[in-house]
Amino acid sequence: MRRRDFLLAGPAAAAFALLSPQALAQARAAGWRADRTLVLVELAGGNDGLNTVVPYADPAYQRLRPAIAIKREAIVQLDEKLGLHPSLAALGEAWKAGEFAIVQGVGYDNPNRSHFRSIDIWDTASGSNRLLTEGWVSRVIGASRRQAERLADAVVLGGGAGPVGGAGLRAVSMPDPQRFLRQAEGMKAAEAHPANPALAHLLKVQHEIQDTARELRGVLARAPDVRGEFPPGPLGQQLRVAARLIAAKAVVPVVKVALGGFDTHANQPGPHANLLRQLGDGLAAFRKAVADAGRWGDVLVMTYSEFGRRAAQNGSNGTDHGTAAPHFVLGARAKGGLHGPAPDLADLANGDVRHAIDYRRLYAMAAQTWWGFARTGAFDGHAPLPILKA
Amino acid sequence: MRPVRFALLAALVALPTLAAAQAPSASPTLTADDARHLLVRTGFAALPAEIAKFEGLSRAEAVKRILAGARAEAVTPPPAWTREVRDLRPPGRAASPEERRAWQRQRVEEGLELVGWWYREMIATPSPLTERMTLFWHNHFTSAFRKVRAPVLLYRQNATLRQHALGSFAKLVHAMAADPAMIVYLDSLQNRRGFPNENFARELLELFTLGEGQGYTEADIKEAARAFTGWSLERETASYRFRPFLHDGGEKTFMGRTGRFNGTDVIDIVLQRPRVADYIAEKAWREFVSEKPDPAATRRIAGRFRASGYDIKVLLGELLLAPQFWAPENRGRLVRSPVELIVGTLRQFDLPQPDDRILALLGRALGQEPFNPPNVKGWPGGTAWINANTLLVRQQLLRRLTAGEIPAAGRQTAEGEMEAEAPSMTPEERTRRQRALERRMARRLDGADLDAWYAKLDRRWQTPERVTALLVAVKPVNPPRPDSDPARFVRDLVLDPAFQLK
Repeated sequence: MRRRDFLLAGPAAAAFALLSPQALAQARAAGWRADRTLVLVELAGGNDGLNTVVPYADPAYQRLRPAIAIKREAIVQLDEKLGLHPSLAALGEAWKAGEFAIVQGVGYDNPNRSHFRSIDIWDTASGSNRLLTEGWVSRVIGASRRQAERLADAVVLGGGAGPVGGAGLRAVSMPDPQRFLRQAEGMKAAEAHPANPALAHLLKVQHEIQDTARELRGVLARAPDVRGEFPPGPLGQQLRVAARLIAAKAVVPVVKVALGGFDTHANQPGPHANLLRQLGDGLAAFRKAVADAGRWGDVLVMTYSEFGRRAAQNGSNGTDHGTAAPHFVLGARAKGGLHGPAPDLADLANGDVRHAIDYRRLYAMAAQTWWGFARTGAFDGHAPLPILKA
Repeated sequence: MRPVRFALLAALVALPTLAAAQAPSASPTLTADDARHLLVRTGFAALPAEIAKFEGLSRAEAVKRILAGARAEAVTPPPAWTREVRDLRPPGRAASPEERRAWQRQRVEEGLELVGWWYREMIATPSPLTERMTLFWHNHFTSAFRKVRAPVLLYRQNATLRQHALGSFAKLVHAMAADPAMIVYLDSLQNRRGFPNENFARELLELFTLGEGQGYTEADIKEAARAFTGWSLERETASYRFRPFLHDGGEKTFMGRTGRFNGTDVIDIVLQRPRVADYIAEKAWREFVSEKPDPAATRRIAGRFRASGYDIKVLLGELLLAPQFWAPENRGRLVRSPVELIVGTLRQFDLPQPDDRILALLGRALGQEPFNPPNVKGWPGGTAWINANTLLVRQQLLRRLTAGEIPAAGRQTAEGEMEAEAPSMTPEERTRRQRALERRMARRLDGADLDAWYAKLDRRWQTPERVTALLVAVKPVNPPRPDSDPARFVRDLVLDPAFQLK
């Protein structure tokens, strides 16, 4: 059955057909699960790991951060040593359900402290001294055969294309889906397949825009909105759109959202608490909305950020650019709990928490364990982190 | 061999080459379509008056005329602050937060002004090729505002690139090694005796002269880095300074030779490698001729380029007279870069230049911000210019530019909508800016009065076939109806995918 036939058959049929047995069979035949969505959450600016997953019982923590340490009584306890920032309380439900994995000490060798360079490193899965130009997801998915029933390979709802950037991928950036539709409507259809390679590329991209617009119209018609208490602010809005796409059974391997403002050099506590509240409340609402639509099993959420921050506070009640930090993985298939060693504040490297887990092990987990790609060369031999249930 | 001797050779070699190409058999005269092709490929747009000047010339005469127009300086006066002595040091500890913000803001404002100035020059210049080559070298010897932070350094680098844009590549490489913006961008500031930083040395070999993995080793990079120690900057005056105390004067072994080399010696040794001319010729071929360099042709052209002592005019003369440049199968097969599309459309329809902020935002949305290439490799270019996001913005821009006169009432200024660029932009800001760009484009971009434009065209262009041949390089994908009114016809041409090509 071709996609156009679904649309002619009406929204209800289309909703079914988008995840029809044929589509699933096709996805499996292609060797990977394109029907599974990875939601990438970029915490732009460098999130402070020690005030996110807090080693509250460690006296060194109070000593390093006399003015900005999170009060022990406010902590959301995870165990006798570690707890979450109080703003993340809404994630307690996922924690109790065993669907919230916290991976500690994520970083890389020879860390770079420039925002631009370090996010490039994370976006392209490169080593510290290697310059790659294509996003890591593009390098993994780009080589695989495209399937027409996908909404797009990736939908970017916030921030830059980063991990899905590069020529290999059909990534569509739409901070606002309605605006995207309006823009796409201005394009004329063209069926030509010219021998001129530059023109052929242009028309191919134009087709992709039109395909995505057509698919998106169907998706928006099927799922006018989702329920759930999404927090005010940009991340909440983006997660609401993401939940709506997924609830409407759109086939989209990557949805990227982003929240900025984590570059907390001065007077950190208030703004950081606000950012983490948007993150915690947003992800909790997203989980509920997607679960209500029966699709939580097809979704994996993963946070990333260019770096963590220094272990000690600076002179302005803030923190400067650091290195390793904890990251979150949420999903019905995530192995809930703490993974990797807690940061050792007695053994800092030049004032920074040492990294214990290379960030590319998370990417390898997403590529190989989640999507089912064969081992790729994209991650320089870093093995998947075993944090998904079988 | 020193660059000075190269220059003499250049003069000797250049003459016979151009003379040979002037033989009538090798050089048919230019039709209007040929003239259009030459002008668009070496500039931004082809205006009827320019086409008329080139029509009927032999290819050699036409190419000679284009090259003879090359300039070493801009015609547009640069912003006044570019002539001031600038202290690069940020405000000291005593400065208040307001003073710091003001300092930061001034740099951002100057950066925007610089972008606007270069666009003005690209639109006004009598030698579009000079600006295309300045842009080409900017994408080769990259430096970016996001790291350099000081607009005055980027302005000076731009002036140096223009000075050598069609001069000697050897001199250009030497100039870039001592260029203050480059010294900041590739960490030469941190390259000190005993603590070498390899960034510049690596890119010198990998990106600027030989190409990745082309006949050098990691040991060569390490030794070259030592040779460049002490190539530094005086922050108080923002100028190049060699610091002997930081220089490692010891013996180095570089590319099989041993001596107490400094950076100048290292560059001279590299420039003796034949691979350098091949590498540059291939890159220039992709810029001017086609996406796939013809190996036999580029080797021949590189040979002449090298024999000329790296005279860039010789290189371009050879490229533009290559039969492949004129071959019908290579016309309309390159994608216009964002800057070419913006400048070309403004020039073609004689539109006023949008304000500096719109140009800066457009650059970001389209994937090419002048003075801010994405990384040291520069913009990948070619078909990579076009993806789902950039194509939508291109179409939106062209719709605005051809939408007809916008009533003055709808064009109120929108100050405050755009704040200065922060050092690290948050995703919300990006989204907000994208929306602000759309609003500003809607209010502040002047659309062409296409009826008036068409009416002013020379008679011979006022047919559907001729105006099509003027505006697009290949047959439109959706040819406009020949019976539609001229404004509609022209607008449909501009919005056709063919308009994106050159």
